[in-house]
Amino acid sequence: MKNRLKVLRAERDWSQSDLAQRLDVSRQSVNAIETGKYDPSLPLAFRIAELFALPIEEIFSKD
Amino acid sequence: MGYPRNPAQRRYVLRVAVAMACYIVTLAAAIRFVGGGAVTGPPAYLLALLPGLSVAGVFWAVGRLLVEEQDEYLRVLLVRQVLVASGFTLTVATIWGFLENLRLVAHVDAFYIAVLFFLGLGLGSCFNWLTLRGRGEGR
Repeated sequence: MKNRLKVLRAERDWSQSDLAQRLDVSRQSVNAIETGKYDPSLPLAFRIAELFALPIEEIFSKD
Repeated sequence: MGYPRNPAQRRYVLRVAVAMACYIVTLAAAIRFVGGGAVTGPPAYLLALLPGLSVAGVFWAVGRLLVEEQDEYLRVLLVRQVLVASGFTLTVATIWGFLENLRLVAHVDAFYIAVLFFLGLGLGSCFNWLTLRGRGEGR
């Protein structure tokens, strides 16, 4: 699964740690999601969408 | 696991430290009193059980970490690590058992299975590092 997390984060000038703190996850998790090593669960994907105020499909898409 | 960063990991480290401290104390007591013959009968069995139960405390701590870890990605890493450790331990113990049964290798005490599991956790950590590093880069 592809995602725009890195771009969205950069637009807000957030570091991975900033985003991790806002999502209440580890920085490792943010890094793993951004680099495609890990696809988040649906609840976490919803939290990410809520944080960026975007629909999930505008953040995550199929390969 | 590295430096503990969240409450679940800190509790895990504390539990392992307590379990290992209990292991050292109870092992020393068992060797001295049961091994030395000062304690016999049912109390000897009870005392001899304690070192093994202390090591089981480490297994319990790993299980609690799996339950209590709130970060889903770190939990996935731990699950993978434990699966590698379990597979490694069962494989080596089973193969060794057959070799030993056929008198091709020396007898090894069963408590070394715990050592294999802890070694397997280390291998699981290496497995995570090797299989997840760099994956997805360039997307």
